[in-house]
Amino acid sequence: MSAQQHARPAPVGGSMFTATTLVCGILMAITATIIVVRLFFGLSSTTNVNDGYSWGIWVVVDVFIGSALACGGFCMALLVYVFNKGKYHPLVRPALLGSLFGYTFAGAAITFDLGRWWNFWHIFWPGYFNVNSVMFEVAACITLYIIVMWIEFSPVFLEKLGLRDARRKLEKSLFFFIALGCVLPMMHQASLGTMLVVMGDQVHPLWQTPIQPLIYLLSAIMLGYGVILFESCVAASAYRRQIELSLLNPMAKVMLGIIALFLVVRFTDVAVRGALPEAFRASHIALTFWVENLCLVATFLLIGTVEARRNPARLFLAGITVMLSGILLRLNGFLIAFDTGPGWSYFPSVPELLVTIGIFAAEVFGYIYITRRFPVLPREETHAQPAHS
Amino acid sequence: MANSSLLRLEGDSRIAVASERLGMRRREFLQFCATLAASLGLPPGADAAVAEAVASKKRPSVIWLHFQECTGCSESMLRAEHPTLEKLILDVISLDYHETLFAAAGHQAEQARKKAMTENKGGYVLVVEGAIPTRDGGIYCKVGGQTAIELTRECAADAAAVIAIGSCASWGGMPATDPNPTGSSGVAAVLGKPVVTIPGCPPNPYNFLSTVVHFLAFGSLPPVDDLGRPKFAYSRLIHESCERRAHFDAGRFAVEFGDEGHRKGYCLYKLGCKGPETYANCPTILFGDAGAGTWPIGCGCPCFGCSEQGVGFSKPLHMLAKVKNVEPPQQYPRIVEEKGMGATLGSAAILAAVAGAAAGGTAMVARNLGLSHKAAEAERAKAASKRTETEA
Repeated sequence: MSAQQHARPAPVGGSMFTATTLVCGILMAITATIIVVRLFFGLSSTTNVNDGYSWGIWVVVDVFIGSALACGGFCMALLVYVFNKGKYHPLVRPALLGSLFGYTFAGAAITFDLGRWWNFWHIFWPGYFNVNSVMFEVAACITLYIIVMWIEFSPVFLEKLGLRDARRKLEKSLFFFIALGCVLPMMHQASLGTMLVVMGDQVHPLWQTPIQPLIYLLSAIMLGYGVILFESCVAASAYRRQIELSLLNPMAKVMLGIIALFLVVRFTDVAVRGALPEAFRASHIALTFWVENLCLVATFLLIGTVEARRNPARLFLAGITVMLSGILLRLNGFLIAFDTGPGWSYFPSVPELLVTIGIFAAEVFGYIYITRRFPVLPREETHAQPAHS
Repeated sequence: MANSSLLRLEGDSRIAVASERLGMRRREFLQFCATLAASLGLPPGADAAVAEAVASKKRPSVIWLHFQECTGCSESMLRAEHPTLEKLILDVISLDYHETLFAAAGHQAEQARKKAMTENKGGYVLVVEGAIPTRDGGIYCKVGGQTAIELTRECAADAAAVIAIGSCASWGGMPATDPNPTGSSGVAAVLGKPVVTIPGCPPNPYNFLSTVVHFLAFGSLPPVDDLGRPKFAYSRLIHESCERRAHFDAGRFAVEFGDEGHRKGYCLYKLGCKGPETYANCPTILFGDAGAGTWPIGCGCPCFGCSEQGVGFSKPLHMLAKVKNVEPPQQYPRIVEEKGMGATLGSAAILAAVAGAAAGGTAMVARNLGLSHKAAEAERAKAASKRTETEA
């Protein structure tokens, strides 16, 4: 596969001081301040979480949604290394970069949400392991995956630093980490679904099902492809580069297949469990259920044909609808359709929102910094070459 | 083989005789034996073995020595009422020497002790009550011209079992409090070997009795910890099963004697209660045999750790106990938990701004991409038409 000729990755270059990085910097500074307050004065000083809703958007958005949106790297690795589609290789590094930030910040964000955060190391200490806990599975697996991803991504830094020998040595054992990098996300993305299963009837019947792990896994995979569509289009638009249409077009087709499979599984499950009538009640829960799933149907309308997939605007919007659906699936299960009993309610506070926004800003900032300074995106040909397709 | 079913003892004539001898009804007697077995933590079936042993075994000879003590242990034993334990003690065991309960005096008493020792050589139980002074050759406590050290060693030499009753005999107790002018020590220190200890000031009589009955029924003393304390009675902290424990966990404390918390029965930890560092079963079988709820903590009096070496008689009453197994929480749950609040103007505004920015950004990017696509398509169409022109 590597025998195929690809444009070698190269730094995009350019100034780090732009309007975007400035806004990101301000948002990050606000977040850092709030986090310091939270670490010293406790969760109640900054968040609206309570005994009924013990997790808020720091967990649901930063960790569950953040890590699911960071599945691009794993999805590309699946396509390139497991299904041996070498032509997608140029998409691996940028996708891996997005995943790297998504997961690293998800891992960091969970620390701020721990009530007694100074005990966070307990989960890595064998004497404290609770091997029967799904939380433990998720935490251990995500930590391992973050480490694996930094190793997978390290050739980028070694290239930049000119450490060729080290790079050659690393590449001999890289296959092992790439294999781990394909397995680990499958494990914990499914386990994130299991976390809903263990919540029992606090979760609305439209989202409470024993096959939740499968649904979360499928959703994570299609989100991964959706994010790659989104990232590629945004990067092309922002850096004024060509879009890898010849790669995105067939990849979008793979994504549509997975979405179709997802919809079949999702609706069969809802119907078999007899929960379908719940979807036709006049309630905000039924509404959000339909928005979540119609977003996926909209994807077919947007990029259902080869012709439509040649239009980058449509690919971009399809990426957005898939992401929206994946985000809603998690928001619905863990917050909107999650009812812990009469009287309890939750809505994120201002500082909570600012931290989540700041963490996404940090991801954007990191993405800009690395792509501008390190060889990640494919080298841009100076002259427009005829499309491969 | 010991009997393992109480029901089979229903018509047993030995039981009838024994209960009559003890002044109890047959049912009460069996209930008493079952309670003893249960307080020893014995498996089902042991109740019958205990009942049979109490009813039929030859009463073991007991020699009871008194040294530096107040006789409180013997007194509390006599105060026990379920059944009247003085009857049980005198009937279940053959108390051959007990300085307080003896009618005999002087040489006559000492002769009785010597006689019991030779007659039951290797089979009698030695109970020691009170600490043993060791300074200056032990001259501070003498009975019949012999020092306490000599008496203990002499009687222990041929005893089947040695039991130290009360804190004084167990580890020195009150007489051993600093500066300890007489060099008071426990029995184990004087004999140089471990003995069964029943610490407490006084200990609950049932802890002693259960130990003796175990010896009677099974021919051995119950399992003990490294300080010689029977595990059935001393393996848990008072704090663990204290009736006021819920108040401790919820942070409700009496801070002064007679204050509101004290009157409401809150935890006495802050008044210096030593329950968190004292091992004894007082919360479960209470103290002495004075009826429901009447043990020190139940009456609003902080435990002073009478059974615990280094706590009772040495730590000041007002001093805070060292909480051995649980740390008091730094924060306490509120009585009424906040149940969460809905959207505020600020949070809703921020969320709306983010949604708006995302929608706007999406529209702009989509428009740009669409325009460049349109341009590319137009260019391709132009190139295609040019190609057809040149071909033509």
